Amino acid sequence: MLILECPYCGVTADETELAAGGEAHLKRFGPGSSDEEFEGYLFHRQNPKGVHFERWRHANGCGKWFHAARCTASLEVFATYTAQIAEPPAEVIAAIRAKRPDWSPE
Amino acid sequence: MSKASALMGARSDGATMVEEMGLRGMITVKGDLSDIDLKNAVTGTSGLDFPAQRQISTVEERALAWMAPDELLLLCPHDEADQMVATISRHLAGQFATVINVSDARAMFRVSGPDAREVLAKLAPVDLHPDSFGPGEMRRTRLAQVAAAIWQSDDDEFLVVCFRSVAQYVFDILSLSAQDGSDVGYF
Amino acid sequence: MSTRLSSGGRLVNRSATCEFTFNGKRFTGFEGDTLASALLANGQTLMGRSFKYHRPRGVVASGAEEPNALMGIGKDGKFEPNQRATTAELFDGMQATTQNHWPSLELDVGAVNSALPRFLPAGFYYKTFMFPRPFWKHVFEPVIRKSAGLGKAPKDRDVDRYEHFYAFVDVLIVGGGIAGLQAALTAGASGARVLLVEQTAAWGGRAAVDGVEIDGQAAGEWINNTIQELKNMSNVRIRTRAMGAGVYDHGYSLVYERLTDHAPETGGPRHRLWRVRATQIITATGAIERPLSFAGNDIPGVMLASAVRDYVVNWGVSPGDRTVVVTNNDDAYRTALALLDAGLSVPAIIDARADVTGDLPQALRARGVDIRTGTGIATVKGGKTVAGVSVCAQAGEGAATDEIACDVVAMSGGWSPVVHLWSHCGGKLIWDEDHAHFRPDPDRAPVTHDGTAFVRTAGAAHGTMSTLDVLDSAAKSAIAAVEAAGFKATQHDLPLTNDVVEAPMSPVWMMPQGAGPAKRMKMWLDYQNDVKVSDVMLAAQEGYESVEHTKRYTTLGMATDQGKLSNINGLATLAIALNEDIPQVGTTTFRPPYTPISMGSIAGEARHDVFQPIRRTPIHEWHEAHGAYMEPVGQWRRPYCYPRNGESHDDAVAREVLATRQSLGLLDASTLGKIIVKGPDAAKFLDMLYTNMMSSLKPGKCRYGLMCNENGFLMDDGVVVRLDDETFLVHTTSGGAEHTHGHMEDWLQCEWWDWKVHTVNVTEQWAQIAVVGPNARKLLEKLGADFDLSAEGLPFMGWSEGKLGGFDARVFRISFSGELSYEIAVPASQGRVFWDALHAEGAEFNATAYGTEALHIMRAEKGFIMIGDETDGTVIPQDLGLGWAISKKKEDYLGKRAQERSHMTDPKRWKLVGLETLDGSVLPDGSYAVADGTNANGQGNTQGRVTSTYHSPTLGKGIAMGLVLNGPDRMGETIQFNKVDGSTVATKIVNPVFYDPEGEKQNV
Ligand SMILES: [Zn+2]
Repeated sequence: MLILECPYCGVTADETELAAGGEAHLKRFGPGSSDEEFEGYLFHRQNPKGVHFERWRHANGCGKWFHAARCTASLEVFATYTAQIAEPPAEVIAAIRAKRPDWSPE
Repeated sequence: MSKASALMGARSDGATMVEEMGLRGMITVKGDLSDIDLKNAVTGTSGLDFPAQRQISTVEERALAWMAPDELLLLCPHDEADQMVATISRHLAGQFATVINVSDARAMFRVSGPDAREVLAKLAPVDLHPDSFGPGEMRRTRLAQVAAAIWQSDDDEFLVVCFRSVAQYVFDILSLSAQDGSDVGYF
Repeated sequence: MSTRLSSGGRLVNRSATCEFTFNGKRFTGFEGDTLASALLANGQTLMGRSFKYHRPRGVVASGAEEPNALMGIGKDGKFEPNQRATTAELFDGMQATTQNHWPSLELDVGAVNSALPRFLPAGFYYKTFMFPRPFWKHVFEPVIRKSAGLGKAPKDRDVDRYEHFYAFVDVLIVGGGIAGLQAALTAGASGARVLLVEQTAAWGGRAAVDGVEIDGQAAGEWINNTIQELKNMSNVRIRTRAMGAGVYDHGYSLVYERLTDHAPETGGPRHRLWRVRATQIITATGAIERPLSFAGNDIPGVMLASAVRDYVVNWGVSPGDRTVVVTNNDDAYRTALALLDAGLSVPAIIDARADVTGDLPQALRARGVDIRTGTGIATVKGGKTVAGVSVCAQAGEGAATDEIACDVVAMSGGWSPVVHLWSHCGGKLIWDEDHAHFRPDPDRAPVTHDGTAFVRTAGAAHGTMSTLDVLDSAAKSAIAAVEAAGFKATQHDLPLTNDVVEAPMSPVWMMPQGAGPAKRMKMWLDYQNDVKVSDVMLAAQEGYESVEHTKRYTTLGMATDQGKLSNINGLATLAIALNEDIPQVGTTTFRPPYTPISMGSIAGEARHDVFQPIRRTPIHEWHEAHGAYMEPVGQWRRPYCYPRNGESHDDAVAREVLATRQSLGLLDASTLGKIIVKGPDAAKFLDMLYTNMMSSLKPGKCRYGLMCNENGFLMDDGVVVRLDDETFLVHTTSGGAEHTHGHMEDWLQCEWWDWKVHTVNVTEQWAQIAVVGPNARKLLEKLGADFDLSAEGLPFMGWSEGKLGGFDARVFRISFSGELSYEIAVPASQGRVFWDALHAEGAEFNATAYGTEALHIMRAEKGFIMIGDETDGTVIPQDLGLGWAISKKKEDYLGKRAQERSHMTDPKRWKLVGLETLDGSVLPDGSYAVADGTNANGQGNTQGRVTSTYHSPTLGKGIAMGLVLNGPDRMGETIQFNKVDGSTVATKIVNPVFYDPEGEKQNV
């Protein structure tokens, strides 16, 4: 039963107000992409033990999707941030590095 | 023609009372909330202050609530809604904004009495302690298994908006939670 | 024999008696009794039968850790099994029954298992019932099922009410002993929002029983003063009968409050489950005394030493006349003192330690009690009650030196902190050599959302035992907690306490140390699950090295015990057998809830009518009033049909179809999803969302569209209406609105966030009614409209809006039945009146309300697909002959790339066709078309399956649709479909449009 702060309405939301949306920052491959690219987009997911970027929607709330950077092992939340971004912003990376010095983005 | 609200003013009596409030005008406004034209159109038409994040400003039957970073809810008497939609739409003609009458898609309840706050705290995963939640805040959340918006309208009075189709469900769970003898004595 | 003492009992009110029954026998107790104390007061020491061997069992403990005295309490709709007699508060009229025996508690046939323990060792079930395989299902399982399980499930529906309550606090303190009280005082003083919960009805824990004094006040006085002080703090809330049941991620915790169990005739909810979100949690959950493993330690009368003195001091009950105390520590001497003070006899204290030097033993020596150092119990004498003990040297193999007559054995193997709540969310433990127990490791606490510790411990739960240390740890934990929660703590002066000097305990895992196999088979580790020292040793011998595996193999610590009594002794035994240290063996996982909580409390309000939300259209009440048989469609309830005067459902459906096709039908279609999509990029967006082109749709027109997910599979369908240049109204399936709206928002917010598109779900703003049949236009004309209703003015796939019979209406000329048809939307507040008006004005046309089944049949007669029938999440539009609705011009749409994958373009994919049995019968739902040969698993090959099948009242025969291999190329071919009885039915492949293939009827 996590709590995540919705960056849009500022509510610290109980998990039961939220809907999980899987891995964040997937790059969409459409018509014209190779089989490998499309397979990666559609099916391949990270599933790390540790730092993970996820999609969440404040479904029973403001209705907005947002991103969370979270440790899948300790459930520590490093940051929540806007969904309108293709990769984690620098300050989120920095927040994670401050807590997990050994971690680096791919 | 007679128009019907979801529960035709149903109410459950007790020390803490639950009432369906009948039809209320409700207008969804979507757009850039920082846009001055949009602000002017909405506040000018409604006569209400523009709400900050998660706030609601109220004057009698009218209220203006912040619902999301790009969404407002304007409450008004039911028979004013169409006119308000038309007026605001006219002000915003040519802009990327959406103004829609959603009055009939909703039901509205009043929960009043000494344990009104507790009644909601039995159903919503929200910190409703008076230090954390008071008048002026609009909270979208869930009540048991359905989405709802709640705000405090008076000392011992809270208002609830939900979808019309689940009005009976919301009335039932509110009434159940308000039954005499089930006060928690927490707040 | 156990009895009520003539005086004493700090928790009972001797002036208020309670009548109760036990297995039908009438007994009397006092207000403040537990069921267990009242039974002992009435001389009832036999309280249950064990799970596997049906051994006679008495009460062992006095609290939540009780493994034996589990009873069914209440009757009919208030019956609940497996309640611990030690925590069930007595009330007038209580009805208690024992369980797990037949025919009676005293005479149990199942006890034959006990005579044959060698045949029920660890893993017995696994070993014995494996072969022959078929025997498991037909012979073994039914027999085992009958004898398995403790209490019986209630037969009647629970008549009580339950609820949840969400509380958000800075500090949750679990446990209302002196540690919890001190922690609450310290935390409360900082101004933090504090919730203190105690599982029993009384504050103070063991302190009063153990004769604690704080700052010169007797424990009881200090407790009362402290409670008063806490009540005066506006930021502190305290609750009794409220158990901290579990600790979960990010400070979420469950508190189980039992409101009326002790007074079942009071109104209000029976249980309340508090769903607490705490910034910080302090567990002040105390410690549980450990049994000792000696032969016969399960005979009724063998009890925990602390429980014996609880019964004497708290309830004024003597468990027996002569009590032998057996111990490895000083604390048990308090029991001897309490017994002597109550005028009872303590013939001997058997202490496993060679040297016994503490203050308490000295006090007992001074009172002339026989203290036998370096000794143990060789065996307990007796059957259904203790008759005596034989004594031996602890260091030896168990040769008895002498016997002592007694009727109670008070045992103490030391104390284990209650670490459950600490462990639930990942708190780690360390082994404390001095006390031979696991205690919370403060350096490895559970962490919350910001990575910092959020659970702290206080008092005995922390591993501290003296009063001073208990209070000190509580204050320190409270200070740390409030500071972590952002408050400023006030330092607390240490109180004065009356602690005595206690000599170290000495771990004793088996008594005597060198006991042989015969004795080990009579040493119980887990009373409830009948696990003995010999079982754990056997498991180790057979290669079970992991404590988790051993737990499952032997059932040690399973069920309600959850490691409370059995844990440490069990894993110490395993460690010995494996020749390892205890910390290396480790503990099993502690899982919530701490003790079982009621199913009702978990459900909360979600029962009966509000088990789940039922969505109702504005016309719902009319349907109910007209006898509609309702079916669920998502959370909606829709009329399936409207049987009249004893009509069967089939007859009603047939009548509704024919009335519609012949004249006029009315359908409540309000459940259809309706989503406004608006903005400069709305058309572009819909082109991505739908497989077909929506940007070319002209205002005033409607177009049917298909929506796929990125996997290419068909997800939803419906009619898109262009309201104006920038505004579309998207119709979705009933029950598909929320999902489709979410899908739209997902793509708009997360992928195409620079596109200017708004979506608003207006499903419930409109009541929508389908007016269907040859007389549909006549009805509309009769109502009168301020817009053109003619075939030219409002053509097929067009729409108009205006006043229709005085209603604010939007009329879409679309058809899902093949008839002349209008779907008319009016604001929901006008829906019911509009529906009534349509019936009134349509009476001359025999206007007939029809339900979903008639709707389905009529669409199937026309070969229209239905999402969820023709689709199942693996079907693409190309499978359904819907290629016409897939744009070839568009570079991209959701699902397009996936539909290019080799499997999606495989010509062998089954394709949609119509199906007609040669004999006119209705094909069974879900039937498969059989093909020659068998597959690798020896199963018959298939070449197709039925997706929709109905009796068509219009055509007077069965019609169906299905997906068939090369189907569209095999028109007229006859293939076989299987039936439930194993036979097949010859079926012809036909065009799926059975009715009006030219579409003349809808286009008039
Ligand atoms: Zn939000």
